[in-house]
Amino acid sequence: MTVSQFLVLGALLFSIGIYGVLVRRNAVLVLLSVELMLAAVNINMVVFGADIGDLLLAGQVFALFVITVAAAEVGIGLAIIVLIFRNRSSANVDELDLMRW
Amino acid sequence: MTNVLIAYAEEGAHEVAGLVDGGILAQYAWLIPVVPLVAMFLIVFVGKRLPMKGWELAEASMLFVAVYGVALLVTNASNGISYESSVEIARIGSFVIEWGWVVDGLSIMMYTVVGVVGLAVFTYAKGYMKGDIRFTWFFAAFTMFAGAMLVLVSSANMIQLIVGWELVGLASYLLIGHYWEDHENNAAATKAFLTNKIADVGLFVGVIIIAVTVGSFRFDAILQAVADGDSALAQVAFWAGLALFIGAMGKSAQFPFHVWLPDAMAGPTPVSSLMHAATMVTAGVYLLGRMFPLFQTDGFATDVKAIILVVGAVTLFATGLVALVQDDIKKVLAYSTLSQLGYMTVAMGAGAYTAGLFHLFTHAFFKGLLFLCAGSVIHAVHSNNMSDMGGLRRTMPWTFRTFVIGSLALAGVFPLAGFWSKDEILASVQYDASGSGGTLASAVLVVAIAGAFVTAFYMARAVYLTFFGEYKGHAQPHESPKVMTYPLIGLGALSIVAGFANVPGLYGGFTEWLAARPFVMGDHHFESFNFGLAGIGMAVVLAGIVAGTLLWRRDAATQRDRDRFRIPVLYPLLSHKYYIDDFYMKGVIDPIKGPIARFVDWTNTTIIDAVVNAFGGVARVLSRVVYGGIDQRGIDLAINAIAGGTGEAGEALRRTTTGRMQQYAGALFAGAVLLVLGFLIFT
Repeated sequence: MTVSQFLVLGALLFSIGIYGVLVRRNAVLVLLSVELMLAAVNINMVVFGADIGDLLLAGQVFALFVITVAAAEVGIGLAIIVLIFRNRSSANVDELDLMRW
Repeated sequence: MTNVLIAYAEEGAHEVAGLVDGGILAQYAWLIPVVPLVAMFLIVFVGKRLPMKGWELAEASMLFVAVYGVALLVTNASNGISYESSVEIARIGSFVIEWGWVVDGLSIMMYTVVGVVGLAVFTYAKGYMKGDIRFTWFFAAFTMFAGAMLVLVSSANMIQLIVGWELVGLASYLLIGHYWEDHENNAAATKAFLTNKIADVGLFVGVIIIAVTVGSFRFDAILQAVADGDSALAQVAFWAGLALFIGAMGKSAQFPFHVWLPDAMAGPTPVSSLMHAATMVTAGVYLLGRMFPLFQTDGFATDVKAIILVVGAVTLFATGLVALVQDDIKKVLAYSTLSQLGYMTVAMGAGAYTAGLFHLFTHAFFKGLLFLCAGSVIHAVHSNNMSDMGGLRRTMPWTFRTFVIGSLALAGVFPLAGFWSKDEILASVQYDASGSGGTLASAVLVVAIAGAFVTAFYMARAVYLTFFGEYKGHAQPHESPKVMTYPLIGLGALSIVAGFANVPGLYGGFTEWLAARPFVMGDHHFESFNFGLAGIGMAVVLAGIVAGTLLWRRDAATQRDRDRFRIPVLYPLLSHKYYIDDFYMKGVIDPIKGPIARFVDWTNTTIIDAVVNAFGGVARVLSRVVYGGIDQRGIDLAINAIAGGTGEAGEALRRTTTGRMQQYAGALFAGAVLLVLGFLIFT
């Protein structure tokens, strides 16, 4: 009962994240959308971990791992975006089509 | 490498009751053939850079062999060594190819002879070959010659024996043809090689028969089969023994394979010396000695002995006579070697193992000596012909003294070496005549005694024509340098004392040395000295010397004219060497060179070439079809289609690479959704 409510929340967050990634033009916002998706995943992990109640707390521990990885990803991602903005004075992902045919 | 060899050696060592195994001396006897062969390679690669142009390496290796051989001989004389071991090299089915070494009475005797005579000859050759343009090369081949002979005599199996046998043939070819600028010398080298090769067919046939029957190449296995009375071997023993004897006839230059030996005089004199004394012509007698039980044991190849006896008798007498009409001093000695080899063969045929090998032993010293003396003379007068010599006893005193000693030893004058060994052979033939040999052996005995007369006769002639009378040459004769005379004196001393190694009734040392073998030799040993036969032998020899003296010790002016027998039939017969060479040339070589070669050539050009051309033409047509039809049309079409399709597909698909990451992300999520849907639908 309570689990399904949390899963709905996670699904909503994840969908919002997908929307943001696919639609937003600003690279910073795309990055934040990715964070939303990761947060949705974390919610799912914690919920399932609490529901199963295993002694090793695997769900919660993996949520911590995801947070760590997300922090690193945001650090590198923002650094790249800052460099791109300095070079091209724009952070619009539509204009970042250097690697096309 | 060494440790491995020793480990194998100890594993395969073969001990015989009553004889010692020779200890470390025998275990390391594999060094005897290896050291000269290593020295050969060193001479080839670094010889020219050494202060004495590689001679020192050759001499050192011979010194090693001589010292080792004498050490073994001394040990053998006091204890009696019999040792044998083998290292496996390869395996073909049930046949094992091995490299082995035998240390027993027979091989020790050969090591000693090769080492001691080799040492003298190598020392001498330094003086004789001085200034030769291929000095280093000569010593490389010469060392190989001695090394090959040591491979032969040390072998514990027939494969190694053949390897040594052929290496000796190769080395002799190289050395006989040493002065290859002269076409005649090339021809002599080729003749020696080919004559040996024809006889070698016999050796191969014999080896194959025996190995297939016994199932092993090893001498100990073969002789054990003989000792056990193996019935399968007994059935083929006659043909195997005959085939082996034919091989021995080639190397030991027995009639009718003797033709190569006189021509082999084309080589430098030290080569002739070593070849005649120790390293080549003794190989055949050695083989007969090694396989002696096969010929001597009842039920095996005993019938071959009569053939051996006759061949030996014909050789010893016929070739001795030819020596009488030769002008070339080396050819006189060459024919005398043939004659003495005949004696050895007769001894083997009479079942006298000790006598034959004893003659080989003594003959090695005085024949080596005689050739070295002849070389010394040739060195001084720059001619091989005795008609250019004469009166050299004053100018070349040491050469004269040693030559006379060698001649007396060869003729068999008491108490020099040849006397004891020749007498032993005569006594053996007499013994055989009273036993299984019958009237044939009696006839051979008469021939052998007559041969002794001829020997003394032609050696007297050689001595008188060379050293007496007046000098008739052109060069200024002089005594040879010390490096050449010392070996003469050494060999001269050995020619005097070597015969005392075996005096029946007084000292039987040589008999015991040779008896140190794993298998009973079935030989007759004389308990006492045969005064009657020795008296006859001495009388005949003295008669020969007296006749020679009467005929040739005349004043120098007429000496040359007197050097003809003027006997109508005999003289032309002898001077043409019984027309045997002419027969081989006209009867064998010319037909092969002429019609047979032409026929083969015709067959080659008309039949074989036609077949080859037809195959070539068919192949050309086929390849054209394959090229035009299959390759150009079929395969190329397919490949072009694949390449073109790939290119067009790439052209079309490259449009999808937009570079817009949100499109990529959309595709990613769409794919994920599709996968999930597929998962839900299909499970």
